[in-house]
Amino acid sequence: MEQGVVLTMRQIGKTFPGVIALENVDFTLRKGEIHALMGENGAGKSTLIKVLTGVEEFETGEIKMYGRDGAIINKSPQEAQKNGISTVYQEVNLCPNLSVAENLFIGREPRRAKMIDWKKMNQKSKELLASLDIEIDVTKALENYSIAIQQMIAIARAVDMSAKVLILDEPTSSLDDSEVEKLFALMKKLKKDGVGIIFVTHFLEQVYAICDHITVLRNGRLVGEYAVEHLPRVQLVAKMMGKDFDDLAAIKKVGEQNNEEKEIIIEAKQLGRVGSIKPFNIQIHKGEVIGLSGLLGSGRSELARCIYGADKSDSGELLVKGEKLLVGAPIHAMQNGMAYLPENRKEEGIIADLSVRENIMIALQAKRGMLKLISKKEQEQFTDKYIDLLQIKTADRETPIKQLSGGNQQKVILARWLLTDPDFLILDEPTRGIDIGTKTEIQKLVLELAKKGMAVMFISSEIEEMIRTCSKMAVLRDGCKVGELKEEELSQDSIMKAIAGGVKNE
Amino acid sequence: MNKIKKITSYELFLPIMCFILVLLINVIKTPTFFEVSIKNGVFYGYIIDVINRASELVILAVGMTLVVASSGGTDISVGAVMSVAAALCCYILAGGQQTINAYQNPYVLGILLALVVGVVCGCFNGFLVAKMKIQPMVATLILFTAGRGIAQLITKGQITYIRVENYKLLGANIPGIPLPTTIFVVVIVVLITNIVLKKTALGLYIQSVGINAKASRLVGLKSSRIIFLTYVFCGLCAGIAGLMASSRIYSADANNIGLNMELDAILAVALGGNSLSGGKFTLLGSVIGAYTIQALTTTLYAMSVSADQLPVYKAIVVVIIVSLQSKEFKKIVRGLKDKKADGRKEEQVA
Repeated sequence: MEQGVVLTMRQIGKTFPGVIALENVDFTLRKGEIHALMGENGAGKSTLIKVLTGVEEFETGEIKMYGRDGAIINKSPQEAQKNGISTVYQEVNLCPNLSVAENLFIGREPRRAKMIDWKKMNQKSKELLASLDIEIDVTKALENYSIAIQQMIAIARAVDMSAKVLILDEPTSSLDDSEVEKLFALMKKLKKDGVGIIFVTHFLEQVYAICDHITVLRNGRLVGEYAVEHLPRVQLVAKMMGKDFDDLAAIKKVGEQNNEEKEIIIEAKQLGRVGSIKPFNIQIHKGEVIGLSGLLGSGRSELARCIYGADKSDSGELLVKGEKLLVGAPIHAMQNGMAYLPENRKEEGIIADLSVRENIMIALQAKRGMLKLISKKEQEQFTDKYIDLLQIKTADRETPIKQLSGGNQQKVILARWLLTDPDFLILDEPTRGIDIGTKTEIQKLVLELAKKGMAVMFISSEIEEMIRTCSKMAVLRDGCKVGELKEEELSQDSIMKAIAGGVKNE
Repeated sequence: MNKIKKITSYELFLPIMCFILVLLINVIKTPTFFEVSIKNGVFYGYIIDVINRASELVILAVGMTLVVASSGGTDISVGAVMSVAAALCCYILAGGQQTINAYQNPYVLGILLALVVGVVCGCFNGFLVAKMKIQPMVATLILFTAGRGIAQLITKGQITYIRVENYKLLGANIPGIPLPTTIFVVVIVVLITNIVLKKTALGLYIQSVGINAKASRLVGLKSSRIIFLTYVFCGLCAGIAGLMASSRIYSADANNIGLNMELDAILAVALGGNSLSGGKFTLLGSVIGAYTIQALTTTLYAMSVSADQLPVYKAIVVVIIVSLQSKEFKKIVRGLKDKKADGRKEEQVA
């Protein structure tokens, strides 16, 4: 083995029924480096990680670790951990109701006379976290801390179990900027200690902020490994997409229309819900893309959920095309032409065991009613049409949706709602955890739909994306709508100021 | 080879194989198993007996399948609800007396009220599970324990006998028809349920709610109403099964009607290849499961295993069947196949 290399994967191959997930993929991780694993959805990133950590079996190739003779095969995540490979996922898989110390030492508690030595455990936990510059009360339950802290605790646990290789799978998706900073500080510290870190993310900026090397995958094949300083951003994107970079910035709204004079589709008057969103007013016109901007927890999603009836409002009124509507449940909103793509795809979007066809049809079926079953033939036609239209990559229309990659799952959910032909479409973080190619497609689609007269509510954490797609923007802060920005006022600067409190002084 | 693969990947493959296996053992142990004779214009034979005796279980399994699919929980009160339905029917027909030789109230009224009480019990369970969000096991535990008490209250702690010939018809044979009446009831229940599930979107709704209730609500399904409905239907099924069981012994024995049947019903659902955590389901699987259990019981009786020891043998066979269908077992089989294939390759190389 080369000097300083901790992990090599050579000629890795893996197939799923009907799909080649990985083909002859090589991967090398050196000691004390942060190595980004990049690729679009379905490129094989997740599969490579799963194969490495023993969640899935690989069919060809070999994995070698520094200090181990011969190839290793991990049959389970536990075995991988024993071999020094630990993974921390986006969704922290610790026990929220146990204390921080218990979480750190679960399964390997320090003991005295066969009983758990609590004092020692708490002491050791404190030392461990202190060594990573995390100062918290280790006796408190994990759920008292933010996702960011929980993630760091998961990392601390992994590192303490003598991890030589640490895999961070989309760790930053649900973190805000300052939390990301903290996480990066921790990663740098680990790097200094000689841990090899595999960093899976969709955020290009973060790759350039912290990584040393980038390995790019596409369609289950290795595109190449590059040093960060030798691979400019545009080229990285081109390599991931396998074609010349379809510049995101090229999506620009053409033909500025004055939406203000058009019909009002949705109007909220002092609509609100105690404990989630303070009463707000909003007007949404036909053909308008309204963005909701604000920090995490500012009430962006809550505002949308209130209009759609996902959470029942308890004050104010909602007018749809000028008529008052009492939304008791989402079905009422749907019958009045609304559609809602939720933020949390896994928990609120997909119905995992059902097929792509069933997932697409379910909303229209619910709208039509139980007794009016849509014929099989019609279902297949609709499904094929949208698989084609949105270029959903699936082996078959009867494939369970859980077997699709994240971006394709999101497209299925989009298809589900487009099929109901809504007047008002709410998209809550439609591009989160999705590759750049699909992101561009979704943004283009939003603009197209708006041009056809659909009103769209667009929620995203990425300000650039919002500037490109939105024709006006509502800004939220601390569960309250604090202002609106018109199209000509939209710029990174003005939005930041508004979010931080520059629009109105209240 | 491809054809074999296609057959083995069919979702009902294993339940059917297990059923055939039990039948095979039957034939080996009792060569006369499939023999059917006619006495007095009525079919007799082991196989007829199995189909007849399994009827209550099949109907319970149909209701249970939907409950499991929609809520990922089980209704353990069905056995007790059977006894409540039976007790009420007998009480109405006997007009409050112990033993009667002629109906005190119209037959139809007794049947109808028994079914209504089944539905009411189902509503109670459904309300607790769907509206109050109580765990199904706990919610249905209430009627599981209280149900037989209620039945005792109705019959005043005595066994009520209905000594009227046509009360026995439901559990026996209608004159001139060679097959037991229960078979027709089962066919009707299974057919109607299947048609409703396939010709409306209800089947899709139940699966969707069972897999992801949150997402289902957001696409416009009324999750709690659908879960509620499945419990009501399960109660109705228990009512029908209770009537059949009562007709067989032309009485209401609050202590014994439907005793331990809830467990067999749950087992039937599992044997049918359905996941007890809800979601995707196959009704036919559960039906096959129910017949498998009954065939097994009949076999054991035919092998002159006494009723006391029966559960032990049943348990052994169930363990085998359930592990045959488990994922781990499939993995082991696949592993063996791979090894074999590898061996062959090596031979060729050599």
